[in-house]
Amino acid sequence: MMTSSLAIIELSALLVPAIKIVALVFAVILPMVAYSVWAERRVSAIIQDRVGPNRVGIPFTKIGLAGLGQPISDGVKFLLKEDFTPGHVNKLYFWLAPALTMVPAILTCAVLPFGSELFGEKMVIADLNVGPLFIFAIASLSVYGIVLAGWASNSKYPFLGGIRSTSQMISYEISLGLSLVPVLLIFGELNLSEIVEEQSKNGWLLLPLWGEGAIWNGGWDRFFLFFPALLAFIIFTTSIFAETNRLPFDLPECETELVAGYHTEYSSMKFALFFLGEYAAMIIGSGLIVTLFLGGWSLPFGWDAALMSMAGNPEQVPWWLGVIHISTFLAKVIAFILFFIWVRWTLPRFRYDQLMKLGWVVFFELALLNIFITAGIIILTRP
Amino acid sequence: MPIVVKRPRLTLAEKCYFPALLKGLRITLGHAIRILRRKKKVTMQYPEVKWDDNLPEHYRGAPALVTDEQDRERCVSCQLCEFICPPRAITIVPEEIPPGDEWQKVEKRPESFEIDMIRCIYCGMCEEVCPEQAIFLRKDYAITGLSREEMIHDKERLYEIGGKREGLVNKWNELK
Amino acid sequence: MSVLFYIFSAVMLVFGLMVVLNRNPVSSALSLVVSFLGLAALFITLNAYFIGVIQVLVYTGAVMVLFIFIIMLLDIKKEQRRDLNYVAMGGGIIVVLALISQLAILLGDFVPGNQQLATLPEGSAVHQDVKLVGEAVFTDFNFHLQLLGILLLVATVGVVVLSRRQGRADRSQQ
Repeated sequence: MMTSSLAIIELSALLVPAIKIVALVFAVILPMVAYSVWAERRVSAIIQDRVGPNRVGIPFTKIGLAGLGQPISDGVKFLLKEDFTPGHVNKLYFWLAPALTMVPAILTCAVLPFGSELFGEKMVIADLNVGPLFIFAIASLSVYGIVLAGWASNSKYPFLGGIRSTSQMISYEISLGLSLVPVLLIFGELNLSEIVEEQSKNGWLLLPLWGEGAIWNGGWDRFFLFFPALLAFIIFTTSIFAETNRLPFDLPECETELVAGYHTEYSSMKFALFFLGEYAAMIIGSGLIVTLFLGGWSLPFGWDAALMSMAGNPEQVPWWLGVIHISTFLAKVIAFILFFIWVRWTLPRFRYDQLMKLGWVVFFELALLNIFITAGIIILTRP
Repeated sequence: MPIVVKRPRLTLAEKCYFPALLKGLRITLGHAIRILRRKKKVTMQYPEVKWDDNLPEHYRGAPALVTDEQDRERCVSCQLCEFICPPRAITIVPEEIPPGDEWQKVEKRPESFEIDMIRCIYCGMCEEVCPEQAIFLRKDYAITGLSREEMIHDKERLYEIGGKREGLVNKWNELK
Repeated sequence: MSVLFYIFSAVMLVFGLMVVLNRNPVSSALSLVVSFLGLAALFITLNAYFIGVIQVLVYTGAVMVLFIFIIMLLDIKKEQRRDLNYVAMGGGIIVVLALISQLAILLGDFVPGNQQLATLPEGSAVHQDVKLVGEAVFTDFNFHLQLLGILLLVATVGVVVLSRRQGRADRSQQ
């Protein structure tokens, strides 16, 4: 009797995270990856006065669904294509590299709080105390995939792409990390779910208009801190663009001069893994920006508290509010992905020396300065 | 003499990219909104919507043979088109018109006349060279088939596409 | 938990051996990366999230990337063909044996205590490791921190000076 009940407890302790992982990765992130490719194609077409993929719908019928079947047929196409391994490559690392780009991208979603609570269960896979650090640590591993792909392909263009990508990612990791320090100073917290909680109560970092963050409620510190936060937001977002190798910083791929860079020699599903890994990194990057600067899953203007009091302030967050929170988070992330796409189809590519100069001379210094300014404001305004 | 292009001096606003970036984003957003509000229509949904009605008179589509008012084959199998055809798509087997036929005085006609539409480059030289005005490029452009055999147009098919043409056509018309 | 300990220690040790045994420098470097990941996982099983994450962030994410960056530019085939340096090998084996024997002697004397560890309440030291590390580094060990900072600064300035001198020499040769 005793042992069986213990076993049940153990099982449920394992089962709940397992369900969360499966639900988040396979039901949210991977479909989102596939559909962000579709969105990329549709939005680029709309921006360029075209139509884009609008035909693939339900097979064997005339139902088009505005091309929503396209990602599925793309996936099938990738799986069915010939998986060609050139003779001159280093086989082991050539096979390892695509996995190494996809795995870190998906691992990072472990600490992102994608909702408040659902049936009393916190909507985050691993509620770590070192959330942002964890994300940086894992994201810094994704460079291995690209480096190995470039090296193992044993050919000129992929190698150049790999080298470019390494130096770019190392350079921008610094400004990424430093631009985050002011945010952590403001919240005094490294736990992402508590950062979101705080923003839900006292105003988003970039929208301190309710709770104690509002200026009419005595939130002078948050008012002055808005400007360093905005600077941190700009640096952070730009660095995320560089980290995910998106235009205007897609020099590792650079179709025109490097023939797609590090994945030139790849075909079939291995190529698709690179492709999807990039989009997964973009989704996680958007999720991180949303969590840190735009309130994560919380609704604006203190509506969270209003809805809670409408439900009679129960112990647990009611399920409908939990669902609202999850959809709010997803909506924000999708909006940010659309922003990523919009930027990609607007801006030209930077030159390589400009990229390095921007990273090391401008952003690095600005981020350092921003830390000092933030610390100064905090000392002066918080008693 | 090398031309020296002076590097323009950038103002501070231009140096820090952001105004230009925002301008660019505004332009692309404008295009997107115009398309989404269906104010502007650029692309045509091809198999459903076709441009056929707007094809010009001088359009060069599939070559075809024509008959005249009396349903006589205009082709006298002189084989000029066969010789002029750059990709050698045309194969003609001539035949003597047997005595007793209504058009015996014409003397020759094609026994078979085949155009390999896989080879045809729609250049229109056969039409230009034909002394009898028997071969014309029509407006059919979607020539498809499931096999190579299907893509070879035989005489029957060529007359089916070409149909009947009345009177002498002025080939050297400005439109042609 | 102890199962995880054995798994990650095995990963660490096996890949540590691979660092030495591999003839391909890239394989060696990547084995070291995996070994570091095993170490980080061990830290995390000890609830030392901060140290574990920093281990990944600094060593695997930054230092080893730079290593691989340099190794990639080597001529791998030449490196693989290079003869074994028997003197270095012998020295290495002697050092390892000395270390193992010392450890064996020390651990042979070790008598495990029988005191139970107190279970810490929520929100105590374990859950605030970042804060504790920060407090320790910036108060008690502040002097050492400053010293390390100066050391790193000296190294950075030295690199800049050396590379600039090299550049000037190249230019004067032309």
